[in-house]
Amino acid sequence: MKNKLIAYPYIVWMILFIVIPILLVLSYSVTYKSDTGLAFTLQHYKRFFDPLYINVLIHSMNLALISTLICLVLGYPMAMIIAKAPVRHRNMMVLFFVIPMWMNFLLRTYSWMSLLERSGLINKLLKLLQLPTLNIMYTNVAVVLGMVYNFLPFMVLPIYSVLVKIDKSLIEAAQDLGANESEVFLKITLPLSLPGVISGFIMVFMPAITTFVISRLLGGGQFTLIGNLIEQQFLSAGDWNFGSAISILMLILILLSSLVMSKYGKDKEGVGLW
Amino acid sequence: MKKLIKKCLLISFSVLMIISLTACQGEKKVTINVYNWGEYIDKSVIGEFEEKYGINVNYELFETNEAMYQKIKPGAVNYDVAIPSDYMISKMIEEDMLLKIDFDNVPNYKYIDDKFKNLEYDPTNEYSVPYMWGTVGILYNKTMVKEPVNSWDILWDEKYAKQILMQDSQRETIGVALQKLGYSLNTNNLDELEEAKQELIKQKPLVLAYVVDEVKDKMISGEAALAVVWAGDAVVMIEQNPDLAYVVPEEGSNFFVDAMVIPKTSKHKKEAEMFINFMCETEIALKNTNYIGYSTPHTEAKKMLDPKVANDPVAYPSDDILEKCEVYRDLGDMVKIYDRIWTEIKAAK
Repeated sequence: MKNKLIAYPYIVWMILFIVIPILLVLSYSVTYKSDTGLAFTLQHYKRFFDPLYINVLIHSMNLALISTLICLVLGYPMAMIIAKAPVRHRNMMVLFFVIPMWMNFLLRTYSWMSLLERSGLINKLLKLLQLPTLNIMYTNVAVVLGMVYNFLPFMVLPIYSVLVKIDKSLIEAAQDLGANESEVFLKITLPLSLPGVISGFIMVFMPAITTFVISRLLGGGQFTLIGNLIEQQFLSAGDWNFGSAISILMLILILLSSLVMSKYGKDKEGVGLW
Repeated sequence: MKKLIKKCLLISFSVLMIISLTACQGEKKVTINVYNWGEYIDKSVIGEFEEKYGINVNYELFETNEAMYQKIKPGAVNYDVAIPSDYMISKMIEEDMLLKIDFDNVPNYKYIDDKFKNLEYDPTNEYSVPYMWGTVGILYNKTMVKEPVNSWDILWDEKYAKQILMQDSQRETIGVALQKLGYSLNTNNLDELEEAKQELIKQKPLVLAYVVDEVKDKMISGEAALAVVWAGDAVVMIEQNPDLAYVVPEEGSNFFVDAMVIPKTSKHKKEAEMFINFMCETEIALKNTNYIGYSTPHTEAKKMLDPKVANDPVAYPSDDILEKCEVYRDLGDMVKIYDRIWTEIKAAK
């Protein structure tokens, strides 16, 4: 009984700020204003399946997937390094990953702009060393870089938290039975850390596919990502119905992918997000 | 001990509550909500108004006309004064979102230049009081662009590949292409819009980026050679980097007026009118003009400006340039077509 009481504020919060808004978005996405008032329609959803918008979706998924994979490749070894470090160093190392996140996200993205610009810091340094300059500002590369930089901690931390919990005796047993280092990794560590990899994957993929700030600032607004498309519908086109329909489609997409992911994760007991 | 602390805290909290409650009842200070563009006022002016009239001002900012509209339309926030642009004002008048201003309460309206009265967006001038105006044009860096700049065509010149900044805004950028082709900024003609789209897709490989406010930093630091900007911003940028110059292309351009209006949801119309009147006081208008850099429609304030500014063709272009410029009209449902064209341009490889 007491526990239930404590949960009430959260339930109220959830209904007010999660359930009702989602229902509102849903209702916008399936209605249109006719002369007699609101009427039901699926035209907004149909409109999205135009090659133009599908391409926007594919481009967004591409960039998000690339960033997530890079995060994984960079993040997994990092998580292993932290997990293997002596306990007194571990917290410090985790802290180093978390501290940049205390700074405002926009500020961090803006500072990448002044690093990457044509007359930015990196190019000034390259010129000083008589090296050819780098022109990646306002390209896909800059956008991926921005995403990897901003979302890397979300990959490292879940993997790390799974890795430290792995029972050392399992590894020792494998070694006793004659497994070499790569075998231990492939047959023991990797499978056991999969839940962390999966939640890291989702934690990076989700914000990466919906971002509109990074693509606007570092991509120079050269291409529309799905996040920009939604923003555009609400702010400049004033087409809330279409914007809501895209949002709902994205919601379904993310929900589906995390369902698939968590199905793999469930077999192994772990620290999944869901 | 712990209990004692808790009790003390509880008592002090309730005392505080009571004090603040009675304080509220004691003096009823009116608060008006003012909604304006970012960097579009000399902030000290607000303090002066509060002091002079004993009215609190809750000052909020918006980035685009459309964002402002989306926030006022549902009526959840009661704004008393807003400062949108011309075409948005006509849309708001059409949708019955504005109150008629009682001009007896705004005697300073007499200072506003007649040129800016009864314009198309508010033909009988019942709803709005002009605040600032300006043009759209090309800002260029004289050290990078040696030839004379007088046409939108230069933004399609391959010599300047990856040195051109365009606005990340549907109307501005599609408008540039329309005017380059000699069409109206407000066209409903699908063929003309299609042509404009093709022009912009052709131009895309030459564009360094589509930017909003970042344009200022980029042009001042010499990251790009050419950019489409508003005249008021150009004044500020030229001040900081004398290599820059601004021109309104001879094909014509956009001419805009931002004006003060009172949304229908306002609960303090009288105070809102006092605020509008205050903003039209000569000294206040002068202060704002000096701070913002945009052009003032206020006749007395303009006379008192530094002659260098008042005679600057960037901020105060001659009448024959203005004649070629066009005011935006509300697009109505055409907005969706513009949005689709914009998405197609952005999706083009």
